[in-house]
Amino acid sequence: MSLIKYESQVREPLVDGHKTYHDVTEDICHTIEAKPTRLWYIGFYISVALLMFGVFSVYREVTYGIGQWNLGRTIGWGWDITNFVWWVGIGHAGTLISAILLLFRQRWRTGVNRAAEAMTIFAVICAGQFPIFHMGRVWMAFFTLPYPNTRGPLWPNFNSPLMWDVFAISTYFTVSLLFWYAGLLPDMATIRDRAKTKFRKMMYGVAAFGWTGSTKHWQRHESLSLVLAGLSTPLVLSVHTIVSFDFATSIIPGWHTTIFPPYFVAGAIFSGFAMVQTLMLVMRKVMGLEQYITLSHIEVMNKVIVLTGSIVGCAYLTELFMAWYSMVPYEQDHFFKYRIAGPYGWSYWLMMTCNVISPQLFWFRKLRRNITFTFVMSIVVNIGMWFERFVIIVTSIYRDYLPSSWSLYYRPSIWEIGFYLGTFGLFFTCFFLFAKYFPVIAIAEIKHVLKTSGESYKGEMTGIERMTDEQLYADAHHHDDDHHAADVKVAHN
Amino acid sequence: MALKKFVVGCFDEEKVLFPAVDKVRHAGYKIHDIYTPFPVHGLDKAMGLRDTSLHTAGFIYGLTGTTTAVTFMSWVFTKDWPMNIGGKPHFALPAWIPITFELTVLMAAVGMVLTFCYICQLAPFIKKHHFHARATDDLFVMVIECTDKTDEAALSAYLDSVGAKEINTQVAEDGWWIGRYDREQKLYNEPTIA
Repeated sequence: MSLIKYESQVREPLVDGHKTYHDVTEDICHTIEAKPTRLWYIGFYISVALLMFGVFSVYREVTYGIGQWNLGRTIGWGWDITNFVWWVGIGHAGTLISAILLLFRQRWRTGVNRAAEAMTIFAVICAGQFPIFHMGRVWMAFFTLPYPNTRGPLWPNFNSPLMWDVFAISTYFTVSLLFWYAGLLPDMATIRDRAKTKFRKMMYGVAAFGWTGSTKHWQRHESLSLVLAGLSTPLVLSVHTIVSFDFATSIIPGWHTTIFPPYFVAGAIFSGFAMVQTLMLVMRKVMGLEQYITLSHIEVMNKVIVLTGSIVGCAYLTELFMAWYSMVPYEQDHFFKYRIAGPYGWSYWLMMTCNVISPQLFWFRKLRRNITFTFVMSIVVNIGMWFERFVIIVTSIYRDYLPSSWSLYYRPSIWEIGFYLGTFGLFFTCFFLFAKYFPVIAIAEIKHVLKTSGESYKGEMTGIERMTDEQLYADAHHHDDDHHAADVKVAHN
Repeated sequence: MALKKFVVGCFDEEKVLFPAVDKVRHAGYKIHDIYTPFPVHGLDKAMGLRDTSLHTAGFIYGLTGTTTAVTFMSWVFTKDWPMNIGGKPHFALPAWIPITFELTVLMAAVGMVLTFCYICQLAPFIKKHHFHARATDDLFVMVIECTDKTDEAALSAYLDSVGAKEINTQVAEDGWWIGRYDREQKLYNEPTIA
């Protein structure tokens, strides 16, 4: 019995219902092996249509230049960089769930990590489009890469935060992709070995890299996952820190703030979890995964949302306080005249309502466990977080030091909006394909926690709870698993 | 191709598998491998496998990344093309921290994954022999390699006595080859046990 790690019965089960290992495989693989539903086709075609509109908008921008967007000399960063930061922020939840929660041994992550990581990768792909096309002459984007070129060689400026961004985002994308795919290998093998058609056998056979499930391979796989989690943890924090450096290292009132890195990271996790909620709530319903993504999963994510939302709220108030306390007239004017009031005041208060005030409702357990309310809140938070970036970017630059260069009211052009909608199309096209052809829940990881956290296995913990210390010790040592012995003893005391 | 003979015993419970591993090893049989659908903690120790040193490799790759980043950026800004950027020092170590960090993580991660794939012989289009299709579903498949002296019947009987649900003998290629699963692996049938 003690081969299985002890898990308190007080904790809610992570897998509902009476499941065997085979049931887990069936439940997760059946959507891959069945024909897509009509709902899937509708969603997929809408996404592709949006993507096509996005491609056309980008075509306009590339052909006719940045003038297709309503940016000016004053507002040089508008929707594009807002969208960039927004998407990158969303791309933080996946790695947080898969890496940081792995290190913290939060087992509930197993239900949501696969889909959240996929979401991360797609969100980072979307984010990357904005700075690349904002370059204007996008065919010169490779100038950011430090390669021995014929221009000197002339190297990029490694002291520039924008250059740091290039490294941060591309590293983040690569590492997230590797982490995600390494975790996918065993599950691809599961689908391969139960394939009933030749085509599926071939495709998943290629995708699974010949995974067999050998114990030695699993041992290395575990080691790899742990180290990648350890690497991704500081990485995920560094990425949004570096994004915030894009602003914080400049000397524009509203941007030049030391609080930006932690504030951006908290905001990123906040919006990322909101997006995870939006997707998971739909996915669990449509794909019938309610027993794997349970109410308790939703509740813990809502707890993360209320925590990070409050951190973000503290940051907003700190900014206002520091502006007042600094006695710098530019800072004070900027925050109190042009940001919380002025022509863009509405966006500030929209942000405040969506990000700080409304998530506080999650202090109530009833609301945390209410699916409809959670879904609505997840969208509210994402709107709020978009406006946070809009407020930071646009309200900081529309009235700068020189009144003669103050801008008119900034409205995006149709091609700016089209680009944004296009990334939605890209994101959801990828996500629909993922939901159809990939195991959306980490099958092997669920099996790994099934016997400790599955609803029907929790009762067996009573046996361990009734054992004496000596029995536990003897039992654990009999099986020559020291690590495990320590675990059981601690849990028992 | 070096074909070898294996006796295969399938288990469906960890509770039975662990004592069985102990007994089989004590009886003097050499376990070739155990294929499991998920990482069974403690199984590597029960089988007497040594710890992996993949993480050490990761550390070395990480250090390579750090060194590459620092030496490259300092060479560029102090030797190859010293640029005056706002009168700031050419050797601007604090400003290089972000890129140094990112390159450390990048090299460690990419290096580790490639090493992992190499030592486990994992790549697209690689084909290996699979002893049981349900080893990736719900069975723990213990594979014991036969030597000249092995009495297969006795071994099968022994596996049966320690709780294996399905026992058979297979002659199979030990390593990997380039191949396609749709040609060489049978399509999925109904479950063989239960």
